[in-house]
Amino acid sequence: MKKREAGLWELYISFLKIGGLTFGGGYAMLPMLQREVIDRHHWVDEQEVLDIYAIGQCTPGIIAVNTATMIGYRKRGVLGAIAATLGEVTPSLVIIITLASLLLGVQDSVWIQRAFGGIRVAVCALITQAIVNLARKSLVDWQTIVLYLLVVGASLFAHLSPLAVIPIAIVYGLAVQYFKRRAA
Amino acid sequence: MIYLALFWEFFKIGLFSLGGGLATLPFLYKLAETHPHWISAQAIADMIAISESTPGPIGINMATFAGFQAAGAVGGVIATLGEVTPSVIIIILIARFLTAFDKNQKVKDAFYGLRPAVVALITYALLKLMGVTLLNGGAVLPIETVLYAVLVCCVLVWKKVHPIIWILAGAVAGLLFQLPS
Repeated sequence: MKKREAGLWELYISFLKIGGLTFGGGYAMLPMLQREVIDRHHWVDEQEVLDIYAIGQCTPGIIAVNTATMIGYRKRGVLGAIAATLGEVTPSLVIIITLASLLLGVQDSVWIQRAFGGIRVAVCALITQAIVNLARKSLVDWQTIVLYLLVVGASLFAHLSPLAVIPIAIVYGLAVQYFKRRAA
Repeated sequence: MIYLALFWEFFKIGLFSLGGGLATLPFLYKLAETHPHWISAQAIADMIAISESTPGPIGINMATFAGFQAAGAVGGVIATLGEVTPSVIIIILIARFLTAFDKNQKVKDAFYGLRPAVVALITYALLKLMGVTLLNGGAVLPIETVLYAVLVCCVLVWKKVHPIIWILAGAVAGLLFQLPS
C-alpha cells in the first residue's frame, strides 16, 4: 500500500470525525481510527496504527489524544500533531459545553434530580465493571495484588496523593522485576 | 487569574494520569478537595454520566465539563487545552527520540507496577463516589444499594451493552423510585 500525504485541514477534519463518532474514548476509538486513517486516507498502515496505539496507552494523558498527536506528528510534524489533537477534542468541547449550559437551566427540576439520583448509581456500576476488566489484566501475581491493596489503603486512610502514587509504582515495578530476574 | 490556574491544574492532570479517561478521576477528586468552588464531589458523578453518554474521549469530556463548571465556556476550553498540552509535548518528544518506546524493557517493568497502581487509584475514586451515592452520612441507602448490586450484575453479565443503556436504566430507576431516597 502506498502511503499518502496529509494536509493540516484534512488531519483536523479526520480527527474531528473520529472524536465525534467515538463513544467512550481510548479503547472505543480503534475501529473509527482504522476506517479514517488506513482505509480512507492511507496515511499509515495497520501495524503502524497498532504500534502508535500501544505508545498512546503507555504515555501520560488521554489515549485518544496521544494517538491523534502521534499520527498528526508523523504526517505533518508539530503542526500536524496540533491539528489532529484539536480535531479530536473539538466535538467534546462543543457537545459538553452545550449540554452543561442546558443542564444549568434545569438542574433545580425535581425530575432531573431524581434521574441523576439513579444515574449516579449506574455510574458506580459502570466504574466497577471497568475496574474488574482492568484488574484482570493488571493484577497478574501476588506482588501486583499487594501493590493494589497498599495503594487503595494508603489513599483511603493516609490520604496519599495520586501524584505520589505514580513514582512509587514505577520504582516498585522496576524493583520487583529486577529481583524476579535475579532470582530466576 | 482563574484561567491560568485552571490551565495549570489540568496540565498536571494530563501529565500524571496514565491509562486514559477514568484514570483522571482520582485527580478530579483531589481537585474537588483543593478547589471546592470549582467542582463538587457530587458534580463529578454527573460529569462521568454525561461524559460516558456523549461522543468523545471520556477524559476530555470530563475536563471540559469541570472547566465549564469552574469558569464557563472559556473555562471548558482552557481546561481541555491544559489537559492535552502535556500529551502533545510528550508524544512529540517520544516520536523524535524514542522509536521503540513501548518495547523498551525498563518501560515494560515500570508499567508492571503502574497498572495495578492505576487500578487502585480508580478503585479509590469509586469508593469515594459510592460514599456520596450509596451512603447518607454513614447510613446505607437501601434502594440505591440494591439498585447498585443489580446493575453491577447486569454490566458484568452483558459486557457488550453500551454504557448509555445502563445510564438510561439508572435514570428510569431514579424517576421510578424517586431517588435520592
